[in-house]
Amino acid sequence: MFEKLKYWIWMSSVPGMGAKKKYDLVNHFGDPVNIWNSSKRELMDVPFLTEENVNALLDRNKRSETMGIMDALYRNGIKAITIKDPEYPDCLRNIYDPPIVLYYKGRLEIRQLSIAVVGSRRATYYGKSVAERISAELAAYGINVVSGMARGIDSSAHRGALKGGGRTIGVMGCGLDIVYPPENKELAERITESGALVSEYVPGTAPLPANFPARNRIISGISQGVLVVEAGEKSGSLITVGYALEQGREVFAVPGNINSISSAGTNRLIKEGARLVTSAEDILEEFNLIDNLNQKKEGERVKTVQKSIFSALDEKERMIAECLLEGPMHIDLLVRQCKMEMQSLNTTLVMMELKGLVEMLPGKHYRLRI
Amino acid sequence: MGIDGYIVEVETDIGNGIPGFEIVGLADVAVKESKERVKAAIRNSSFDFPVRRITVNLAPASKKKEGSSFDLPIALGILSATGQVDTREIEKYLFIGELSLDGKLKPVNGILPVAVCAMQQGVENLILPCDNAGEAAVVKGLNVLPARDLEEVVAHLNGWKRIERYTVDVDKLFENSINHDVDFSDVKGQESVKRALEVAASGGHNCLMIGSPGSGKTMLARRLATILPSLTFEEALEITKIHSIAGTLPPNTSLITTRPFRSPHHTISEAGLIGGGRYPKPGEISLAHYGVLFLDELPEFGKQTLEVLRQPLEDGMVTITRFNTTLTYPAKAMLICAANPCKCGYYLDPSRQCTCTPRQIQQYLGRLSGPLLDRIDMHIEVASVKFGELESNIASESSPVIRERVNRTRKIQLERYKGLGIYSNSQLQPSMIKKFCKLDKSGRELLEDAFEKLGLSARAHSRILKVSRTIADMEESEDIKAHHVAEAIHYRSLDRKLWFG
Ligand SMILES: Nc1ncnc2c1ncn2[C@@H]1O[C@H](COP(=O)(O)OP(=O)(O)OP(=O)(O)O)[C@@H](O)[C@H]1O
Ligand SMILES: [Zn+2]
Repeated sequence: MFEKLKYWIWMSSVPGMGAKKKYDLVNHFGDPVNIWNSSKRELMDVPFLTEENVNALLDRNKRSETMGIMDALYRNGIKAITIKDPEYPDCLRNIYDPPIVLYYKGRLEIRQLSIAVVGSRRATYYGKSVAERISAELAAYGINVVSGMARGIDSSAHRGALKGGGRTIGVMGCGLDIVYPPENKELAERITESGALVSEYVPGTAPLPANFPARNRIISGISQGVLVVEAGEKSGSLITVGYALEQGREVFAVPGNINSISSAGTNRLIKEGARLVTSAEDILEEFNLIDNLNQKKEGERVKTVQKSIFSALDEKERMIAECLLEGPMHIDLLVRQCKMEMQSLNTTLVMMELKGLVEMLPGKHYRLRI
Repeated sequence: MGIDGYIVEVETDIGNGIPGFEIVGLADVAVKESKERVKAAIRNSSFDFPVRRITVNLAPASKKKEGSSFDLPIALGILSATGQVDTREIEKYLFIGELSLDGKLKPVNGILPVAVCAMQQGVENLILPCDNAGEAAVVKGLNVLPARDLEEVVAHLNGWKRIERYTVDVDKLFENSINHDVDFSDVKGQESVKRALEVAASGGHNCLMIGSPGSGKTMLARRLATILPSLTFEEALEITKIHSIAGTLPPNTSLITTRPFRSPHHTISEAGLIGGGRYPKPGEISLAHYGVLFLDELPEFGKQTLEVLRQPLEDGMVTITRFNTTLTYPAKAMLICAANPCKCGYYLDPSRQCTCTPRQIQQYLGRLSGPLLDRIDMHIEVASVKFGELESNIASESSPVIRERVNRTRKIQLERYKGLGIYSNSQLQPSMIKKFCKLDKSGRELLEDAFEKLGLSARAHSRILKVSRTIADMEESEDIKAHHVAEAIHYRSLDRKLWFG
């Protein structure tokens, strides 16, 4: 088995060939080991291979690097799964150009419904808070939230899913030994505790701009639907929508202010027929799940969250945490809802920040960190 | 010099020779122009203007004289030298005022310093233009005699018709001043900002407010002046002197009894801001003395302009050297700055669209860092109040109620710093911080923890200590405890990684 995996990894690391060509090549020869053992003449006979492709396949240096890659996988705790493995996600296997090998960190078994939550990197406060809220709701209903780990909406989607107590999958455009963007290091760690980070690239692959569009087909590929939270007219997340439509996935969009250029893309999607979404229930309804997953779940989630952290809090801290369960809140609203003196709220919030329970956002909004 | 007045003696000599009129004694152009006004005023008041050689000397000759306030004394000098005025009591009088061509007396700037000086030097009576009477009358122990024109002055001196003494009730002025025309309770919502401003007022801490356009920064800054401690008579006198010289005293004002609020535009010149110019005048920072200097849209101010503010803020006064004289103007103002959070202004506004990139946001406020930011103890984030809340009627505290608490906290500081030359926590020097801002163990641990976990920058350290001293004083606690430090950490948001990366 180990020996066999080597040929798969070699195949996935060969440069100059797209995912579709590698997929076809593996099908043509039945298994990468057969490609490895083919002569130049046999390879030249394959109609869709160019001479450069053949040279790359025969390149001895490239072949000898394979053990190094396997070493890097081991050292970084990265696992590899091939398209022939029964655990390889079925929905991804069935797209036009599936990756022949999927690298991942964490736990990849995807049995439940998966929804991709994506949007602009340059997101507004509105976009980020909606992404976080809906992702938390989806997660609370036991739905897998898939996104691209980018700044802005993607990061908020992952955070929301974690806050909702659910699993989330981050699809990366670089090797999994690299954390990109770097400020997401902590988020990446938290994701792999319950969910997974996934990539089709071998370790050491840099986050090249060209990788991201290809990455997007995996985001939609492992999901049954794609929710675009906030996207401008030219946002990269619209590429994901293109793949989603090609792969027959549902497309959802969150409406925005009609004057906001950051929502121009999402508003247009709605105009063109994407389903308008204002809460997670709108998505559940589309998949006829609304009856199975009744509201009880939400209550349960709150209770488990409360049990785990609330027991350690003093009375003031608990009051604040309860208010923040509904989402980030401005300090002036908090003081009214908690009926506390301003100075004692100020003090308690800093104490909670130091304990890692809340986080201050610019503009004195506070967010619960669970 | 500066804001203190001095007395000038006017000597007049009428001699034989070619008829003429000469003013000597380091007089500037405006003083020399008074020749024409005096001549016309005397003639039009039906007195005789002698057709002889007139020499007027303004003594001491070493001091520079400016302005039009010598018209009246020069005219009286000529009238007495020609026997038209009774001079027996004239030594007991001080005269000041500009004459119009028809003999009317017109008000002049800078009356209050002159009145204070006259009283100190034992002058009994001050004759001045009616419109200046209120200003001079706050000086105790001086008879203020307002006159409408030259004829009234002569009538008084010759005993034909005495001018009635003008008095004001200073206590009443102070009482009335308790009612500002703006009040803290005008501000809806903004609980956290109000608390922050109360802390700032209690310790005299300079602040920077960050918020979107229209979030109420100007409104809040204006109201800060209404919760600063009540003025003492001496402070009021000093403020009024400055405004008297600058000519910014509102009409019919005897004494400024409320703390000033000055809000210069960002296009202001250096001289306009700190004082100086061809005819030196106090700048905005001195006009804000004992009050609030508000710099709206701080990043728009020129770097050089802000640089010149630094020393005056440190020293509490402005020193201007001109020719071979040095002027000093007091400048103990609280500095409140306001800035948008980013170039487009809407970074913190959840209901609007910020079009800046993260880098632009960092650059924008990054421009502020440096010397002036080092004079700022507290950062206050101001969010726009939602439309519905502006309509709400939740009662909030009025300025007098808050000021009462501020007065109490300031008194603690005055006691503590007696004899040290400072009067509030904001003025604590590094050596004093060690002595007066000792933290207990839990406070120390909290602060260390905060530096590590919140990524505070090093310059935050002494500001947090000073502000926690104030917060402890507000609770009348001699010890600075962990919860005081925690709140002070709140007011250093710009030092966090969050903002400046
Ligand atoms: N909290 C509030 N309560 C009552 N009125 C408010 C409040 N906030 C803002 N306003 C109203 O909005 C107006 C605009 O506020 P202001 O001019 O102080 O804003 P600003 O933040 O200083 O704006 P700029 O960026 O132009 O300096 C005020 O005159 C006031 O009428
Ligand atoms: Zn902006």
